[in-house]
Amino acid sequence: MPKHTFVAYVEDKPGVLNRVASLFRRRNFNIESLTVGHTEQNGVSRMTIVVDADDLTARRIEANLYKLVNVLRVDDVTDNAAVVRDLALIKVAVTPANRSEVIQLADVFRARVVDVDNESLIIEITGTEDKIEKLVDVMRSFGIIEMVQTGIVAMSRGAAAVSPNPPLVAAAVPEEATSQALAMSV
Amino acid sequence: MKRTGAQIVWECLGREGVKYVFGYPGGAILPTYDAMTQYPGIHHVLVRHEQGATHMADGYARASGNVGVAMATSGPGATNMVTGIATAMMDSVPIVCITGQVGSKAIGSDAFQETDVTGVTLPITKHNYLVTRAEDIARTLREAFYIAASGRPGPVLVDITKDAQQSTCDFDWDAAAPKLPGYRPDLRALPEEFQKALDLINTAQRPLILAGHGITMSGARKQVLEFAERAQIPIAMTLLGLGGIPANHPLNLGMMGMHGEAWVNNAIQQADLLLAFGMRFDDRVTGNLKTYALNAKKIHIEIDPSEINKNVKVDVGIVGDLRETLDELMPGVKSADHSAWLDHIDEMKGDTAVRDIQSLPDSGHLYAAHVINDLWHYTEGKAIVVTDVGQHQMWEAQYYKHDEERSLITSGGLGTMGFALPAAIGAKFACPEKEVWVVAGDGGFQMTMAELATIAQENLKINVAIINNGYLGMVRQWQEFFYEKRYAATPMLSPDFVKLAEAFDLKGVRVTQRSEVKAAVEEARAHSGTVVMDFRVEQEDSVFPMVPAGADLDAMIRRPKPKVDVMAETGADSGEWDLGGSK
Repeated sequence: MPKHTFVAYVEDKPGVLNRVASLFRRRNFNIESLTVGHTEQNGVSRMTIVVDADDLTARRIEANLYKLVNVLRVDDVTDNAAVVRDLALIKVAVTPANRSEVIQLADVFRARVVDVDNESLIIEITGTEDKIEKLVDVMRSFGIIEMVQTGIVAMSRGAAAVSPNPPLVAAAVPEEATSQALAMSV
Repeated sequence: MKRTGAQIVWECLGREGVKYVFGYPGGAILPTYDAMTQYPGIHHVLVRHEQGATHMADGYARASGNVGVAMATSGPGATNMVTGIATAMMDSVPIVCITGQVGSKAIGSDAFQETDVTGVTLPITKHNYLVTRAEDIARTLREAFYIAASGRPGPVLVDITKDAQQSTCDFDWDAAAPKLPGYRPDLRALPEEFQKALDLINTAQRPLILAGHGITMSGARKQVLEFAERAQIPIAMTLLGLGGIPANHPLNLGMMGMHGEAWVNNAIQQADLLLAFGMRFDDRVTGNLKTYALNAKKIHIEIDPSEINKNVKVDVGIVGDLRETLDELMPGVKSADHSAWLDHIDEMKGDTAVRDIQSLPDSGHLYAAHVINDLWHYTEGKAIVVTDVGQHQMWEAQYYKHDEERSLITSGGLGTMGFALPAAIGAKFACPEKEVWVVAGDGGFQMTMAELATIAQENLKINVAIINNGYLGMVRQWQEFFYEKRYAATPMLSPDFVKLAEAFDLKGVRVTQRSEVKAAVEEARAHSGTVVMDFRVEQEDSVFPMVPAGADLDAMIRRPKPKVDVMAETGADSGEWDLGGSK
């Protein structure tokens, strides 16, 4: 199933995250990752939501998000030129013998060592999911004690990144999206 | 001016034009009930169960077009409302439910009668609120009414803590105007979508309109008729669409779907263009989606963007209010002659009329379809009929011909048994000058029959026709068709409904013969108070035609053939079904 990445601006009010999460559960849409944080605007939070969805489902998700009264704007940035980042902290088991090897490898990934202990160190890495996955693969041979990922945040490139609002005036799905979806469902 | 939160509730309700509140008091809503005595302009109807309050608000809204209001206390009071809220949500009915909540300091402590009501109702409301400060009550209620009634209507719940009702603050109605930056009830389609639609409309050979609840809700009756008449396009109705345009209009084919006429469903399958007006392609009208209307291009005019391409992929989706959209389309719609298509549909009726139970002679048996058709006849089709859910509901849809808008009130999407009696109370308050009939089964009636006490206390005149077949009839029918007649938990004992009515100081009448129907209906209409009528109908009668759930729309089980005497003797006979023989 292809992935879609949405950026949603929501009112910063109690229960809004619950409303969004409940919508995905209720409509049987599958969330891969959801992050929330502040924006430059007071009272407005920003969510980056990654879902497993074909193009038709993505349109439905967008339309359903717009139905939530507290949702201000939704952008599907999947096909936009966008900066997509994930942050991970990885605690790796080390010995005095292999510590420098681990640090060197982290360096290759442009990851930073943020904590060092006699038997472990914590690597901080920011990047795409792919990059993080590769680092994790490499570190696995040393022994990963624990790790945590924030989930994806995304931002369109360029000054005109924000799509016109509201974009959902026509709900017709482009021809190629329909045939793509049909091909997928076969 | 200074007001308590409780007073602000009533100040706001009055300014929103509310005349009736259907409710039930309790601890956490007591301050609001206490303040009620200062606002005699609003009449409070004491219900017997909070589910009844929500259905009454719902019936009031459907009959009047205005927002209905229900009120209850925290915890069990609020959770009893859940069924009514879900019913209103599925059928897009504007109601506002106000519930009391425990004090804001006690929230989360599992206090007495505390329930997370906004959490419980989150997926079944259009929006909901928890209000913990008196200062927020006015704006919240204004927003609630606005959200409930605008765009695609729906239920809004406002949960107000007891301390918010008790504390005092400045009340300024004007300063409390809704602030809803993310709410877009008035989305509009792009101009090119209109042109695409017109190109399809003006070139179609076998077009068909699928008319839903949206016609009534947007007030598009005139526009739909003008559109259909100019382009000569026949119209098939959803259950909630009935009454949206007159049943007696020559282009109105009647109901489609699971219990629609076979030739209506066949017309859908053969059409080359479907125009969906304010309907949502529910599974009960499409049958098997994989084989649904494969010959047709589809245009969907719908106010809720999330409905477009949800169940059926369409060629043109126009988001917007149906009335405004049709006004915009109309100048581009060309006069057309589809007489060949209309004649073809007429031919597809075949022997339908002969098979119809109305054509059969009176055999001494009482059939529900006869009762309902007679009811239509004797009320001259002018009553507001509020139905429950099940076989009688489908017979009502088939045999009571609704010419007027808002004259059929029924739970379509959720299929809520127990809906009819309380919803009829709401409808009677909305239209006191109209004749209101309840048509309910013996099962559904027993779910909410306590509201007879509300009728008695409010001194209302409602005629209640119980179609009593001693079974949960629709479930029994499915058991007969699909579960080899294993009638698990469907035979049902009922109280003596005549005595029951009398216990509430109402009139009760029993009817067992078709020859008695006319006199009984006339007696009920003439009586000044509510009459409960127990129609003892054929026990194992079934609703035809029928598309089995998930089957192709044109694979209908047709009515048994009339030549068989069995029909008169034992009701439907399985040996006489035509499976898919309607093509």
